[in-house]
Amino acid sequence: MTQNILVILPHPDDEAFGLSGTLAKYISEGARVTYACLTLGEMGRNMGIPPFANRVTLPAIRALELEESCKAIGIQDVRKLGYHDKTIEFEDKDALDADILSLIREVRPEIVFTFYPGHSVHPDHDATGAAVVRTISRLPKEERPIVRCIAFSKNKDEAIGKPDVHVDIRGFLKQKLASIQAHRSQFQAAELLGKGKNAKKEMESRFGNESFYTYRFD
Amino acid sequence: MQLINPVTVQLRLNELRDQDLFIHLEMTTGAYAAHHDSSKHPAATFISNAVIRYSNGSIEGPGPYRVGLKTDNGWVYSEGLTHWDEEERERLILAGHDTQGKLVVALQLGRTPF
Repeated sequence: MTQNILVILPHPDDEAFGLSGTLAKYISEGARVTYACLTLGEMGRNMGIPPFANRVTLPAIRALELEESCKAIGIQDVRKLGYHDKTIEFEDKDALDADILSLIREVRPEIVFTFYPGHSVHPDHDATGAAVVRTISRLPKEERPIVRCIAFSKNKDEAIGKPDVHVDIRGFLKQKLASIQAHRSQFQAAELLGKGKNAKKEMESRFGNESFYTYRFD
Repeated sequence: MQLINPVTVQLRLNELRDQDLFIHLEMTTGAYAAHHDSSKHPAATFISNAVIRYSNGSIEGPGPYRVGLKTDNGWVYSEGLTHWDEEERERLILAGHDTQGKLVVALQLGRTPF
C-alpha cells in the first residue's frame, strides 16, 4: 500500500534542513509526498553573494529553487499556496484552515509534517503549525492523520520535552545536500560540505539524523 | 544587483519626481536575529505598495547611501543603501546589504504595484 504524506510548511527551504532526508527515505520506500508550501519566501534576506536577487525578482527565483529541491528529494507533488511571506499569522484563520482542510481531504495523508506551534522561532512557522493542528483537531479522532512536528526553539526541551521520532538518514545525505544546495539564494552550500577525509563523518554527525515530535491532541 | 552609482540613481530619482508612485520600503534584522544572538533585537518593518509623490528626491553620502524624498506632507528616508538593479528601466530598485550579503534595507519606487 502506498503511504500518503502531506508536508505543510511556509517557506521554500523549510523542507531542506528539517526533513528532506526523512522524505527521501519514505519516498524510497514507496511513499507519495505532497508538499504544500504556503509562501514563496519573498521577504528572505539572503540574495546570494554577491546579491543576484532583489525584492522584485526573489519570488520567482525561490519558486524555481523550491522545484529543484523537491526534485532532488523525489517529492511527486508540490503546491504553492500563494500566501505572502511574513503574513501567515495575520491571515484570516478560517480561510487558512479551509485551505489546509481541503488538502487533507484531497491527499488523505497517513502522516502530516509541519512545525510545532510555539516552538519554531519564525512567526510564519508557528502560525502554519498552529493552523495545521487547529484544523486536524476538528476532525473526528479516527480520521486524524499522525502529525509530526519540527521544533527548534531554545526552550523546547523544558516546554515540550525531547522529540520522540528519530530518523536515521545517513543513507539519504545525497538527497538532503542536493535539497539544501538547490536553495542557492539562501545558502552558501560550500561551507556545509566540509573538507578533507573527515568530511563524510562530520556530515553524518551533523545531518545524519532528523527528529520530530508527534503532536498529542488530547 | 550592482553597487550603487549615485549619479545614475539621482537621474532616475529626478525622472520619478512629481508623480504618483508605488513604494516598497523595508528594514529588517531578520526573523532569527534574537534566536542566533540574544543580544540582538529582532526588528523588521515593511510597507508595500503605498502611494507617494515627492517634489524633491536625492541620494546622498559617500556610500552606503542615504535617500530622502520630500512629500507634500512629510518625508521618506532610507539609510544604508548599497546596491541597485541597473537593468530596471521603469522602476527604481535600491537595497542595502550587510557584509554577509543579507538584505537589511530596501527602497523601491515604481509606477505600477510591486
